[in-house]
Amino acid sequence: MTLERRKELERSKKRSEKIAFGTFRAMSLLVVGILFVILGFIIIKGISVISWDFITKMPEDGMTKGGIYPAIIGTFCLIGGSMIFSFPIGVLSGIYINEYASNGLVVRFIRLMTNNLAGIPSIVFGLFGMSLFVNTLGFGDSIIAGSLTLGLMTLPIVIRTTEEALKSVDNSFRQGSYALGATKLQTIRRVTLPIAYPNIITGLILSIGRVSGETAPILFTVAAYFLPKLPHSIFDQVMALPYHLYVLATSGTNIEESRPMAYGTALVLIMIVLFLNLIANALRKYFSKKVKMN
Amino acid sequence: MAKPFHKKLFEKIIEGILTLSGSITSLAVILIVIFLFKEGLGLFNQSPIAKGFVLVVNKNNPVNTLDAKSIKNIFDHEITNWKKVGGERDTIILFYLDDINSIYTEEQIGQNLENLPTLFSNLTDSISGIIAFIPKTYINSDFKGKVITTDNIKVSKFLSGKEWFPTAEPAAQVGILPLILGTLWVSIGAILLSLPLGLAVSIYLAEIAHPRVRNTFKPIIELLAGIPSVVYGFFGLVVIVPLIQSVFNLPVGETALAGSIILAIMALPTIITIAEDSIRTTPRSMKEASLALGASRWQTIYKIVIPYSISGITAAAILGIGRAIGETMAVLMVTGNAASIPHSFLEPVRTIPATIAAELGESSQGGMHYQALFILGSILFVITLIVNLTVEYISSKQKLAKR
Amino acid sequence: MAKIETVDANLYYGDFHALKNISMKMEENTVTALIGPSGCGKSTYLRLFNRMNDLIDSTQISGQILVDSEDIYSKNINVDELRMKVGMVFQKPNPFPKSIFENVAYGLRVNGEKNKTYITDKVYESLRQAALWDEVSDKMNKSAFELSGGQQQRLCIARALAISPSVILMDEPASALDPISTAKIEELIHELKKQYTIVIVTHNMQQASRVSDFTGFFYLGELVEHGATAKIFTQPNNKQTENYITGRFG
Ligand SMILES: Nc1ncnc2c1ncn2[C@@H]1O[C@H](COP(=O)(O)OP(=O)(O)OP(=O)(O)O)[C@@H](O)[C@H]1O
Ligand SMILES: [Mg+2]
Repeated sequence: MTLERRKELERSKKRSEKIAFGTFRAMSLLVVGILFVILGFIIIKGISVISWDFITKMPEDGMTKGGIYPAIIGTFCLIGGSMIFSFPIGVLSGIYINEYASNGLVVRFIRLMTNNLAGIPSIVFGLFGMSLFVNTLGFGDSIIAGSLTLGLMTLPIVIRTTEEALKSVDNSFRQGSYALGATKLQTIRRVTLPIAYPNIITGLILSIGRVSGETAPILFTVAAYFLPKLPHSIFDQVMALPYHLYVLATSGTNIEESRPMAYGTALVLIMIVLFLNLIANALRKYFSKKVKMN
Repeated sequence: MAKPFHKKLFEKIIEGILTLSGSITSLAVILIVIFLFKEGLGLFNQSPIAKGFVLVVNKNNPVNTLDAKSIKNIFDHEITNWKKVGGERDTIILFYLDDINSIYTEEQIGQNLENLPTLFSNLTDSISGIIAFIPKTYINSDFKGKVITTDNIKVSKFLSGKEWFPTAEPAAQVGILPLILGTLWVSIGAILLSLPLGLAVSIYLAEIAHPRVRNTFKPIIELLAGIPSVVYGFFGLVVIVPLIQSVFNLPVGETALAGSIILAIMALPTIITIAEDSIRTTPRSMKEASLALGASRWQTIYKIVIPYSISGITAAAILGIGRAIGETMAVLMVTGNAASIPHSFLEPVRTIPATIAAELGESSQGGMHYQALFILGSILFVITLIVNLTVEYISSKQKLAKR
Repeated sequence: MAKIETVDANLYYGDFHALKNISMKMEENTVTALIGPSGCGKSTYLRLFNRMNDLIDSTQISGQILVDSEDIYSKNINVDELRMKVGMVFQKPNPFPKSIFENVAYGLRVNGEKNKTYITDKVYESLRQAALWDEVSDKMNKSAFELSGGQQQRLCIARALAISPSVILMDEPASALDPISTAKIEELIHELKKQYTIVIVTHNMQQASRVSDFTGFFYLGELVEHGATAKIFTQPNNKQTENYITGRFG
């Protein structure tokens, strides 16, 4: 190769690298830009709607005025209900997979099933919840039916979170405990879990975000189109934020006039997710600092 | 040092509970399969004729059976002659229950409708081209007409049928081809948009960006994953739909394209996270070896890093498609939900999940419509199962190869 | 004129001072071994010569590093060209996920070589030079992962030779290999010395004494002693060097 040609080749190598990297950077900025556009749009449109009344009042005038109080309460009921179901079982399941199951085949099978459950579309959970909890078990459209459906859906997230957290605990801790004559259970309770639980907690907080935003699973298991009162028992129907947003946006009695309500509801939903993310990140930072200090 | 008995027992009990919890997901998957199919499979033992009704014709009419499609065409006045459905040349005369009032007086019908069976019998006997859609209860043993039989709904017809009118009378049309195609169009459109974008971002984050940039981008992408799908749908409805309407000058902006765009945004975090993880597994030494041979960073990326992590990238794409196929609310809100076979991205379409979400509430439990929706759910379930198993297979092969 | 020379070379990883005022010369067609305890900076020093350390963020380099009397850290140096001149073989065999042929052809291709016959000739020649030809001549299109560890390492050597470098850097090239493969590699180094200038990092004292003409002993980022291998291994000037070589620490 001549020197001339070498130089030319080097130049073209540099040029294509510049073009490629520039494109990738631009595309990444685009993706981040999309997020900011969505967030920004909803915040700008929704912020003027949000007020104390909006959060604490019943909807009025065909959902074009008033607030979204029952939907907020409903969503919190569902979060609570699904947590009660999925957290203990999910955490126990994660412990079983990581600490107890010794047969590799069993673990692989359970993991496969967990992944499958995680991949099932939310609307299918809705169908299942309706068939089992609402109809077969006779709960009707109720908080309990909705919570169980949502809980089932978050189960894989909880299990994986627990598993990851336990996996990151160094084996030397366990061996140290066994060496002192502790049983498996004692080791898990006194050594493994305390080390793993910060990660478990942050994972759980993030899974709450998922519960608060899901619509499809609650469509036919709990969500009420319009129900301006608070639930009295777990067998009552409730309104829920995501379904309320759907109703306001697409099928309210007066879609144009309920637009502001819809923006406000969307903003509340996003704020819940953002808030949970912030908490999870703060906890992560806090715990990692604590570990360093120890 | 022996442990006291009750302590051992306690440990055993706890172990039992843990084992039970460990099997919860498998149990859940099995239950889901059972309940979906239990509710849905009855569909294929059903006649498409509305429950409690029959179709009757003149006893001299050679036609004995009609399929759901022909029944619909007949009652839609698209088929007007018996010849078209295998009968003799004779004009078809439609007769509904309500028509009785325009033919006979109230007196003739009787105060308690007690004369109806005879009247129907006479009518079918006297009009040779008649086809009447009447309640079964009015058919007596001395009925002078002939009851048309209809085949039960067949799996093949169900999958390949081009019409989805599950509540149509006299015969429901449950062909899901438009829904399948609608789902495919929207999902494929979504993946075409999000795969290049997602790959570019994952390559950028894994290989090009400064760690500081990466550390700010990652949480942002996590956040993108956390936004509820109704919020995406709402954003699509108020921003993207009007935009598409005005840019392409369409009568409505609710189109497959709108669905694809929203789904693409929603699939991005999945694709980026998985692809980036996989790209990052490329051993540093392999990249260094490439650079040490005088390759540029870009050459190293596309000649070494991408081929090395191709299976992970494939998995990301497949999972992205899986997510898109199953996504419900956002699609429901922006695609216009017209159950017809799409011809372009600028037409309204209806996907399988959106159909379930929109219609389950109005279907009656145990009815044909209800069963059809559960079969749709089963189809979704099977699709996601295939997606997951494929991904599982790819990643297990990848693990083997990298050992 | 020395082939490679460093004058007061310093390298920082962030705040960590990894190389301290290293000055050293390496003549053409010689083998220089770099020895020293783990973490003393041997690899870091070696990687100065093909600017591999550039890839790590927050490294700072000062002093002069010359290859063919040219300061390779000056602005008008093309790094890709430098890396073609200075080949490298890594500690663990790291073939690309490609065929045997494509592994060796890779360096030529990424540098714009399009002539098929030239590429084929060069690949075969490099495989012969790396004493691998007889073992792989009939499976050029097989995946490089199908080779044994020792064969893979020789493939990596062939890969480095294919772009006709004049310097070859080897970072513990035999540490992941069995004794027979190691012997083959050492033999190879002897052959290659006739055409190339070789710098090799090794933890194996016998190996250093067998293959090298000169040896540099590193300790905590400093070049403690440097000289003819025969001299260093028989009568080192420095007590630390002696202790290390005789296995009393390290
Ligand atoms: N990327 C890096 N960032 C920060 N410090 C590094 C980095 N790479 C190496 N170091 C530090 O620089 C010092 C020298 O590392 P180097 O890899 O050169 O050692 P070495 O002599 O090759 O050791 P070994 O024999 O174990 O390979 C070590 O203390 C190491 O911790
Ligand atoms: Mg080293």
